[in-house]
Amino acid sequence: MIKLTINGQAQDVDVAGDTPLLWVLRDTLGLTGTKYGCGKALCGACTVHVDGAPTRACVTPAESVAGKSITTIEGLSSNRSHPVQQAWIEMDVPQCGYCQSGQIMAAVALLKQNPKPTDADIDGAMSGNICRCGTYPRIRKAIHRAAELGVKEGG
Amino acid sequence: MMRVPHDDPNDNVSRRSFLKTAATATGGLVIAMYLPACSKPEEAAKATGPVKQIAANAWLRIGTDSSITVLCDRSEMGQGVYTALPTLLAEELGVAPSSIKVEFAPPGKEYINNLLGGQVTGGSTSVRDAWEKLRMAGAEARMRLISAAAKDWDAPPQSCSVADGYVVFTSRRKSFGELAEAAAALPKPENVKLKTRNEFKYIGKPQPRLDTPSKVDGSAPFGIDTRLPDMLYAALAQPPELGATVKSFKADAAQGMPGVKQVLQTSSGVAVIADSWWQAKQARDALQIEWTPGPNAKLTNAAISAGLKTAASGKGKQVRKDGDAEAAVKSGRRFAATYELPLLAHATMEPMNCTAEFRDDGCHIYVPTQVQQIAQGAAAQASGLPPEKVFVHTTFLGGGFGRRLEGDFIPAAVECAKAVNKPVKLLWTREDDMTHDKYRPPARNTLQASFDSANKLNAVQIHLVAPSITSRWFPAAVANGAIDPFAVEAAHNFPYDVPNVYVDYLQHEIGIDVGYWRSVSHALNCFTVESFMDELAYENKMDPYEFRRAMLDKQARWQMVLDTAAKKAGWGHAPSGRHQGIALMGGYDTYLAQVAEISVEGNKLKVHKIVCAIDCGQMVNPTIVNQQAEGSIVFGLTAALFSEVNIANGRVKEQNFDDYRMVRMHESPEIEVYVVDSTEKPGGMGEPATALVAPAVCNAIYAATKQRIRALPIAKQGFVV
Repeated sequence: MIKLTINGQAQDVDVAGDTPLLWVLRDTLGLTGTKYGCGKALCGACTVHVDGAPTRACVTPAESVAGKSITTIEGLSSNRSHPVQQAWIEMDVPQCGYCQSGQIMAAVALLKQNPKPTDADIDGAMSGNICRCGTYPRIRKAIHRAAELGVKEGG
Repeated sequence: MMRVPHDDPNDNVSRRSFLKTAATATGGLVIAMYLPACSKPEEAAKATGPVKQIAANAWLRIGTDSSITVLCDRSEMGQGVYTALPTLLAEELGVAPSSIKVEFAPPGKEYINNLLGGQVTGGSTSVRDAWEKLRMAGAEARMRLISAAAKDWDAPPQSCSVADGYVVFTSRRKSFGELAEAAAALPKPENVKLKTRNEFKYIGKPQPRLDTPSKVDGSAPFGIDTRLPDMLYAALAQPPELGATVKSFKADAAQGMPGVKQVLQTSSGVAVIADSWWQAKQARDALQIEWTPGPNAKLTNAAISAGLKTAASGKGKQVRKDGDAEAAVKSGRRFAATYELPLLAHATMEPMNCTAEFRDDGCHIYVPTQVQQIAQGAAAQASGLPPEKVFVHTTFLGGGFGRRLEGDFIPAAVECAKAVNKPVKLLWTREDDMTHDKYRPPARNTLQASFDSANKLNAVQIHLVAPSITSRWFPAAVANGAIDPFAVEAAHNFPYDVPNVYVDYLQHEIGIDVGYWRSVSHALNCFTVESFMDELAYENKMDPYEFRRAMLDKQARWQMVLDTAAKKAGWGHAPSGRHQGIALMGGYDTYLAQVAEISVEGNKLKVHKIVCAIDCGQMVNPTIVNQQAEGSIVFGLTAALFSEVNIANGRVKEQNFDDYRMVRMHESPEIEVYVVDSTEKPGGMGEPATALVAPAVCNAIYAATKQRIRALPIAKQGFVV
């Protein structure tokens, strides 16, 4: 049994310790918003937060995150109210949508660390996430927009 | 390996006879697809709790609670049909698209794509096919609802109207839900009048995509997300050498691994079925399989290139002949060039997968597919059931790009589910996906031209050499010597006013399967033709834009996009250190021009900006048109800069995103899209913008360096990106 805290909820999962977190989330716990794209930390589709840091769930053994706080796309908000989700909707970002959970989680982590990122900051933080549909220009706009929304929300 | 069932006298014809075809005089492909079994039209009323769903027609259900459900008969793979198609119907029904619930349609006769002859999402045809059909479906439903209300009120129908889900007459109103049952019982209305352009409330105006909310919170169900009670998971070992087969295998080690339920030889390899996918994958990797080599055991990409080169000395089939180019290119000032394109993978972000389940009524498959009937046929064949006992549940597609026009990933899932009599989700790894694609065809195209004594372009001869996708995917379509229409796009419609034009296509097969890849032969031939036109411009000491422009007097739509792109890009006025290249194309009833702006320092290439001008006729949703243009440009840029599939000993070398590189955020250029206002019928937008990127960028590289790139990808020609 491995003790995981996912989206604020403590969970005991009965999996081999070396099972990648991605498959624990998707298959054991049914949190399918986090996606499989490459299995080698090359595409970012599986990005989640571990203690707030963007982490590739596909290469993260479940036992290595025992006791840590894991946030998935499902835990970002209950009603798409997170400024990044709002900005994504406003800028009509998704096309096929498959990579977007990972993109959003990467963007949230960036903004947490850097509430007013420049284009270069965005390049740096987001270049690990592939979008085959080519939504990059809109992701860029949406991150800038989320920065504005975040500032407003924070007063 | 999945085959489309086709006419075979030894086969059960009633079940398998599937496809008939004819190539039209214009070269367009018409496939008459006989639906083996399709589901019956939706039952008149579908009870879901206290609310009854009334089927107004094949696409529309109205609930007694006035809920509106539209069945989307095309697959949503990012291109926006989930929003655009319901919008067409909603416009005529007088309801806001945002108030509609969308479901994916099952296989059905009503859902055949008239431009392709089957229930196919491809060829950038969805809106073009649906344009009249779905507006008509909405208008008919509207007329019936009005008739039902008018009858009830004893009012003249022409004095009734619809608004936001109600039929309205003076101060009276009745909801669609109240009227649905009576409306459905009325005969098919006559003299259906569609709205005119200036009456459109939703069409042509930016509308939020209906799938966006579910794509920002992780809830959009892709194929890979399918979860069924008691479901098991499968991983599949396929022959590393394309075309090899299983000779023998040892499963002892795999069998003993945690969670493993069964090891099974399937029609496409050896599958491991386990409690979780990770367990199945680990056990699959522990299988010891001996493969019997196939015909590609010695195949290399060098051999493929050499084969194309040898074949190219032959003569192909005539595609177009204006004047006598064959003679004309032999006189005057002559110029010739050969262009080569590599094999490419689709690399959809969601790897191939299918979930299958046997129930009392038959086999259910949950599948991200672009071809519901082919999926149904593949599962029928694998299950031994007649197609009418196969139920296809289409999920969202994590990218399609033509890869999911194939059914090759379906049978193994069905075979697994059948073997264990439980639902099974079979998922390919990224490596499986990369190494078992149906790759974009390579090509070797040779062009010749001559100028007359007044330095006018007098003749152009285009000799296309490539394998044919359609001859595998749908052989009947190219039977009896017919030319594969999906091999000659963007060459057959050479737009420039040149007195002598000759286009021929020589089909040369390479031993491995090739597949439709976003924009198909447009990408091959636009690179070829537009690179060549650029070379001719410089050869003639003319500006590449002016050179093209002077030969488009009779081509208003081509002219307009070329001018728009040049103007918006500030053609000829690139900032210092930057250089521009231009390209022009018509395809899918859409006309486009692009200007790429680049810089080269040493051998370091940077693509700064791509400006794209588009005439795609009447737009349904400008937001989606813009998205598709932007996305296609990034897709085309990845191919131009990086993409190449290499083969050694019949095996694909590229495995994952480390050796099959994608354009990423920091390499994504600024993109400007300008859509020309047009009242022409809608053109396709899912694909065409992909094809112009390679020639526009390569032409800009020439402007910068005087180095002409005649073989892709650019990264292989000495440039670092």
